[in-house]
Amino acid sequence: MINGKNKNITNVNLTFALDELGYKGKKLATALNGEFVSVQSRDNTNLKEGDKLEVLSPQQGG
Amino acid sequence: MKDFYGSKLKSQMMLGTAQYPSPAILVSCFEKSKASVATVSLRRESGNLDSGNSFWSIIKKLDVKILPNTAGCHTVKEAVTTAHMAREIFDTKWIKLEVIGEEDTLQPDVFGLVEAAKILSDEGFEVFPYTTEDLVVADKLLNSGCKVLMPWGSPIGSGQGLNNIFGLKALRAHFPDIPMIIDAGIGLPSHATKAMELGFDAVLLNTAIAKAGDPIVMAEAFSHAIISGALGLNADPMEPRDMANPSTPIFGKAFL
Repeated sequence: MINGKNKNITNVNLTFALDELGYKGKKLATALNGEFVSVQSRDNTNLKEGDKLEVLSPQQGG
Repeated sequence: MKDFYGSKLKSQMMLGTAQYPSPAILVSCFEKSKASVATVSLRRESGNLDSGNSFWSIIKKLDVKILPNTAGCHTVKEAVTTAHMAREIFDTKWIKLEVIGEEDTLQPDVFGLVEAAKILSDEGFEVFPYTTEDLVVADKLLNSGCKVLMPWGSPIGSGQGLNNIFGLKALRAHFPDIPMIIDAGIGLPSHATKAMELGFDAVLLNTAIAKAGDPIVMAEAFSHAIISGALGLNADPMEPRDMANPSTPIFGKAFL
Protein backbone atom coordinates (compact mmCIF):
# COMPACT_ATOMS: atom_id res chain seq x y z
CA MET A 1 0.00 0.00 0.00
CA ILE A 2 1.46 3.34 -1.05
CA ASN A 3 -0.35 6.40 0.21
CA GLY A 4 -3.39 4.23 0.87
CA LYS A 5 -3.51 2.60 -2.55
CA ASN A 6 -2.46 -0.90 -3.57
CA LYS A 7 0.48 -0.80 -5.96
CA ASN A 8 2.56 -3.49 -7.56
CA ILE A 9 6.23 -2.67 -7.77
CA THR A 10 9.22 -4.63 -8.97
CA ASN A 11 11.90 -2.98 -6.82
CA VAL A 12 11.85 -3.93 -3.14
CA ASN A 13 14.53 -1.47 -2.10
CA LEU A 14 12.86 1.76 -0.94
CA THR A 15 15.12 4.12 -2.88
CA PHE A 16 14.59 2.22 -6.13
CA ALA A 17 10.89 1.73 -5.42
CA LEU A 18 10.44 5.50 -5.07
CA ASP A 19 12.20 6.01 -8.40
CA GLU A 20 9.97 3.38 -9.99
CA LEU A 21 6.86 5.11 -8.63
CA GLY A 22 7.84 8.45 -10.17
CA TYR A 23 9.19 10.19 -7.08
CA LYS A 24 12.77 10.59 -8.23
CA GLY A 25 14.18 14.04 -7.49
CA LYS A 26 11.15 15.18 -5.51
CA LYS A 27 11.23 16.80 -2.09
CA LEU A 28 9.54 14.21 0.06
CA ALA A 29 9.61 12.35 3.34
CA THR A 30 8.76 8.70 3.92
CA ALA A 31 7.26 6.56 6.65
CA LEU A 32 6.95 2.77 6.57
CA ASN A 33 4.25 1.12 8.68
CA GLY A 34 3.98 4.28 10.76
CA GLU A 35 7.71 4.69 11.38
CA PHE A 36 9.75 7.51 9.86
CA VAL A 37 12.38 6.38 7.34
CA SER A 38 15.04 9.03 6.80
CA VAL A 39 16.65 9.74 3.44
CA GLN A 40 19.84 8.08 4.67
CA SER A 41 17.95 4.93 5.71
CA ARG A 42 16.10 4.40 2.44
CA ASP A 43 18.98 2.58 0.77
CA ASN A 44 18.95 0.03 3.59
CA THR A 45 15.17 -0.39 3.71
CA ASN A 46 13.40 -3.12 1.80
CA LEU A 47 9.66 -3.35 1.23
CA LYS A 48 7.64 -6.51 1.66
CA GLU A 49 4.13 -7.64 0.84
CA GLY A 50 1.52 -5.80 2.91
CA ASP A 51 3.75 -2.90 3.95
CA LYS A 52 2.16 0.51 4.25
CA LEU A 53 4.34 3.24 2.79
CA GLU A 54 3.55 6.93 3.18
CA VAL A 55 5.21 9.40 0.81
CA LEU A 56 4.62 13.00 1.86
CA SER A 57 5.62 16.35 0.42
CA PRO A 58 5.38 20.01 1.47
CA GLN A 59 1.84 21.28 1.23
CA GLN A 60 -0.35 24.14 2.39
CA GLY A 61 -0.99 24.30 6.10
CA GLY A 62 -2.52 26.49 8.75
CA MET B 1 9.32 41.54 21.70
CA LYS B 2 10.05 38.11 23.19
CA ASP B 3 12.01 35.67 21.10
CA PHE B 4 10.82 32.26 20.03
CA TYR B 5 13.44 29.61 20.83
CA GLY B 6 16.10 32.27 20.36
CA SER B 7 14.67 33.70 17.13
CA LYS B 8 13.73 37.36 17.01
CA LEU B 9 10.90 37.83 14.54
CA LYS B 10 10.47 40.85 12.31
CA SER B 11 6.73 41.00 13.08
CA GLN B 12 4.20 39.51 15.47
CA MET B 13 2.14 38.11 12.61
CA MET B 14 2.24 34.43 11.68
CA LEU B 15 0.28 33.27 8.67
CA GLY B 16 -0.94 29.96 7.32
CA THR B 17 -0.51 28.99 3.69
CA ALA B 18 -3.78 27.12 3.04
CA GLN B 19 -7.00 27.93 1.21
CA TYR B 20 -5.88 30.95 -0.85
CA PRO B 21 -7.65 31.52 -4.18
CA SER B 22 -4.31 31.33 -6.01
CA PRO B 23 -0.55 31.11 -5.38
CA ALA B 24 -0.17 34.75 -6.50
CA ILE B 25 -2.70 35.89 -3.89
CA LEU B 26 -0.90 33.83 -1.23
CA VAL B 27 2.35 35.64 -2.03
CA SER B 28 0.65 39.06 -1.99
CA CYS B 29 -0.97 38.28 1.36
CA PHE B 30 2.41 37.49 2.88
CA GLU B 31 3.81 40.74 1.51
CA LYS B 32 0.90 42.87 2.75
CA SER B 33 0.59 41.18 6.13
CA LYS B 34 4.33 41.45 6.80
CA ALA B 35 4.08 37.99 8.35
CA SER B 36 7.30 36.67 9.81
CA VAL B 37 6.37 32.98 9.93
CA ALA B 38 4.58 30.66 7.49
CA THR B 39 2.90 27.47 8.63
CA VAL B 40 3.07 24.49 6.27
CA SER B 41 2.08 20.83 6.36
CA LEU B 42 2.99 17.45 4.91
CA ARG B 43 0.50 15.60 2.76
CA ARG B 44 0.54 12.62 0.43
CA GLU B 45 2.40 13.20 -2.82
CA SER B 46 1.38 11.57 -6.07
CA GLY B 47 4.10 10.07 -8.20
CA ASN B 48 2.57 11.63 -11.31
CA LEU B 49 2.22 15.16 -10.02
CA ASP B 50 4.73 17.51 -8.48
CA SER B 51 2.50 19.51 -6.18
CA GLY B 52 4.98 19.45 -3.30
CA ASN B 53 7.85 20.94 -5.23
CA SER B 54 5.55 23.51 -6.85
CA PHE B 55 4.26 24.63 -3.48
CA TRP B 56 7.71 24.65 -1.89
CA SER B 57 9.19 26.73 -4.70
CA ILE B 58 6.67 29.47 -3.83
CA ILE B 59 7.12 29.30 -0.06
CA LYS B 60 10.90 29.30 -0.01
CA LYS B 61 10.94 32.64 -1.84
CA LEU B 62 9.00 34.28 1.00
CA ASP B 63 11.19 36.02 3.54
CA VAL B 64 9.74 34.07 6.48
CA LYS B 65 10.61 31.34 8.94
CA ILE B 66 8.93 28.00 8.30
CA LEU B 67 6.75 26.39 10.96
CA PRO B 68 5.62 22.90 9.90
CA ASN B 69 2.52 21.53 11.59
CA THR B 70 1.17 18.11 12.54
CA ALA B 71 -2.36 19.09 11.52
CA GLY B 72 -4.84 16.24 11.39
CA CYS B 73 -2.89 13.97 13.72
CA HIS B 74 -5.06 12.30 16.34
CA THR B 75 -2.50 10.16 18.15
CA VAL B 76 0.87 10.73 19.77
CA LYS B 77 2.50 8.30 17.34
CA GLU B 78 1.07 10.03 14.27
CA ALA B 79 2.17 13.43 15.53
CA VAL B 80 5.69 12.29 16.47
CA THR B 81 6.23 10.51 13.13
CA THR B 82 4.92 13.54 11.24
CA ALA B 83 7.30 15.77 13.21
CA HIS B 84 10.22 13.55 12.27
CA MET B 85 9.25 13.76 8.61
CA ALA B 86 8.77 17.53 8.81
CA ARG B 87 12.18 18.07 10.43
CA GLU B 88 13.87 16.28 7.57
CA ILE B 89 11.94 17.84 4.72
CA PHE B 90 11.88 21.43 6.02
CA ASP B 91 15.26 21.28 7.76
CA THR B 92 13.97 22.92 10.95
CA LYS B 93 13.64 22.00 14.61
CA TRP B 94 10.43 24.02 14.85
CA ILE B 95 7.19 22.06 14.95
CA LYS B 96 3.66 23.29 15.51
CA LEU B 97 2.39 20.33 17.47
CA GLU B 98 -1.26 19.47 17.01
CA VAL B 99 -2.84 16.37 18.51
CA ILE B 100 -6.53 16.66 17.78
CA GLY B 101 -8.95 15.15 20.26
CA GLU B 102 -12.39 16.04 18.96
CA GLU B 103 -13.63 16.37 15.40
CA ASP B 104 -16.37 19.01 15.71
CA THR B 105 -14.27 21.54 17.61
CA LEU B 106 -10.81 20.32 16.57
CA GLN B 107 -10.03 20.73 20.25
CA PRO B 108 -6.55 19.51 21.16
CA ASP B 109 -6.17 16.22 23.01
CA VAL B 110 -4.15 17.85 25.75
CA PHE B 111 -3.10 14.52 27.28
CA GLY B 112 -1.64 13.32 24.00
CA LEU B 113 -0.23 16.78 23.39
CA VAL B 114 1.78 16.77 26.62
CA GLU B 115 3.05 13.25 25.90
CA ALA B 116 4.11 14.11 22.34
CA ALA B 117 5.65 17.41 23.46
CA LYS B 118 7.83 15.57 25.96
CA ILE B 119 9.04 13.05 23.36
CA LEU B 120 9.82 15.71 20.77
CA SER B 121 11.42 18.18 23.21
CA ASP B 122 13.68 15.40 24.49
CA GLU B 123 14.70 14.75 20.87
CA GLY B 124 15.71 18.37 20.37
CA PHE B 125 12.61 19.71 18.66
CA GLU B 126 11.48 23.25 19.42
CA VAL B 127 7.82 22.63 20.05
CA PHE B 128 5.00 25.12 19.48
CA PRO B 129 2.08 23.28 21.13
CA TYR B 130 -1.44 24.07 19.95
CA THR B 131 -3.28 23.99 23.25
CA THR B 132 -6.23 25.39 25.16
CA GLU B 133 -6.08 28.18 27.73
CA ASP B 134 -5.95 25.60 30.56
CA LEU B 135 -3.36 26.63 33.15
CA VAL B 136 -2.58 23.12 34.33
CA VAL B 137 -2.00 21.86 30.80
CA ALA B 138 0.20 24.90 30.11
CA ASP B 139 2.28 24.11 33.17
CA LYS B 140 2.70 20.48 32.07
CA LEU B 141 3.69 21.55 28.56
CA LEU B 142 6.35 23.86 29.98
CA ASN B 143 7.59 21.07 32.24
CA SER B 144 7.75 18.82 29.17
CA GLY B 145 10.28 21.14 27.58
CA CYS B 146 8.12 23.59 25.62
CA LYS B 147 9.37 27.18 25.76
CA VAL B 148 6.47 28.60 23.74
CA LEU B 149 2.70 28.12 24.09
CA MET B 150 0.01 28.46 21.44
CA PRO B 151 -3.39 28.73 23.11
CA TRP B 152 -6.45 28.76 20.88
CA GLY B 153 -8.71 31.77 20.60
CA SER B 154 -11.63 29.59 19.53
CA PRO B 155 -12.05 26.49 17.34
CA ILE B 156 -9.88 26.31 14.21
CA GLY B 157 -11.48 28.03 11.25
CA SER B 158 -14.50 29.25 13.26
CA GLY B 159 -13.68 32.95 13.11
CA GLN B 160 -15.25 33.44 16.53
CA GLY B 161 -12.32 35.37 17.97
CA LEU B 162 -11.33 35.01 21.62
CA ASN B 163 -13.99 32.88 23.30
CA ASN B 164 -12.56 32.87 26.81
CA ILE B 165 -11.05 36.25 27.62
CA PHE B 166 -10.92 35.45 31.32
CA GLY B 167 -9.02 32.21 30.72
CA LEU B 168 -6.57 33.82 28.31
CA LYS B 169 -5.94 36.70 30.72
CA ALA B 170 -5.26 34.23 33.51
CA LEU B 171 -2.87 32.25 31.30
CA ARG B 172 -1.00 35.41 30.29
CA ALA B 173 -0.76 36.60 33.89
CA HIS B 174 0.32 33.20 35.19
CA PHE B 175 3.25 32.80 32.79
CA PRO B 176 4.32 36.39 32.03
CA ASP B 177 7.73 35.45 30.62
CA ILE B 178 6.64 32.66 28.26
CA PRO B 179 6.22 33.64 24.60
CA MET B 180 2.61 32.95 23.68
CA ILE B 181 0.89 32.97 20.32
CA ILE B 182 -2.87 33.08 19.91
CA ASP B 183 -3.55 30.38 17.35
CA ALA B 184 -6.89 29.52 15.78
CA GLY B 185 -10.32 31.08 15.71
CA ILE B 186 -9.30 34.59 14.69
CA GLY B 187 -11.90 35.99 12.26
CA LEU B 188 -11.51 39.76 12.30
CA PRO B 189 -8.64 42.21 12.62
CA SER B 190 -10.22 43.42 15.88
CA HIS B 191 -9.79 39.89 17.31
CA ALA B 192 -6.07 40.12 16.62
CA THR B 193 -5.91 43.58 18.18
CA LYS B 194 -7.61 42.24 21.30
CA ALA B 195 -5.12 39.37 21.52
CA MET B 196 -2.23 41.82 21.41
CA GLU B 197 -3.92 44.13 23.92
CA LEU B 198 -4.13 41.17 26.30
CA GLY B 199 -0.36 40.91 26.10
CA PHE B 200 0.09 37.94 23.77
CA ASP B 201 3.28 37.97 21.75
CA ALA B 202 1.99 37.04 18.31
CA VAL B 203 -1.09 35.92 16.42
CA LEU B 204 -1.29 33.00 14.00
CA LEU B 205 -4.14 32.93 11.53
CA ASN B 206 -5.03 31.61 8.12
CA THR B 207 -8.72 31.31 7.21
CA ALA B 208 -9.62 34.90 8.15
CA ILE B 209 -7.34 36.16 5.39
CA ALA B 210 -7.45 33.32 2.87
CA LYS B 211 -11.25 33.14 2.81
CA ALA B 212 -11.93 36.88 2.94
CA GLY B 213 -13.61 38.41 -0.11
CA ASP B 214 -10.42 40.39 -0.69
CA PRO B 215 -7.61 38.46 0.99
CA ILE B 216 -4.90 40.99 0.13
CA VAL B 217 -6.74 43.92 1.73
CA MET B 218 -7.57 41.74 4.73
CA ALA B 219 -3.90 40.81 5.08
CA GLU B 220 -3.00 44.49 5.27
CA ALA B 221 -5.80 45.09 7.77
CA PHE B 222 -4.46 42.35 10.04
CA SER B 223 -0.98 43.78 9.83
CA HIS B 224 -2.23 47.15 11.10
CA ALA B 225 -4.46 45.47 13.70
CA ILE B 226 -1.61 43.52 15.28
CA ILE B 227 0.68 46.54 15.36
CA SER B 228 -2.12 48.68 16.85
CA GLY B 229 -2.83 46.19 19.62
CA ALA B 230 0.83 45.87 20.56
CA LEU B 231 1.45 49.63 20.46
CA GLY B 232 -1.68 50.32 22.50
CA LEU B 233 -0.63 47.89 25.20
CA ASN B 234 2.87 49.35 25.36
CA ALA B 235 1.38 52.84 25.71
CA ASP B 236 -0.09 51.86 29.12
CA PRO B 237 -3.86 52.19 28.51
CA MET B 238 -6.11 54.08 30.92
CA GLU B 239 -8.18 52.14 33.41
CA PRO B 240 -11.85 51.77 32.42
CA ARG B 241 -14.40 53.50 34.70
CA ASP B 242 -17.99 52.72 35.51
CA MET B 243 -19.09 56.36 35.44
CA ALA B 244 -18.60 59.18 32.96
CA ASN B 245 -15.84 61.67 33.50
CA PRO B 246 -15.90 64.81 31.33
CA SER B 247 -12.87 65.22 29.16
CA THR B 248 -13.57 68.92 28.53
CA PRO B 249 -12.70 70.98 31.65
CA ILE B 250 -15.63 72.23 33.71
CA PHE B 251 -13.53 75.15 34.99
CA GLY B 252 -14.09 78.24 32.91
CA LYS B 253 -17.42 77.14 31.47
CA ALA B 254 -19.70 80.13 30.78
CA PHE B 255 -22.94 80.55 32.79
CA LEU B 256 -25.52 81.06 30.08
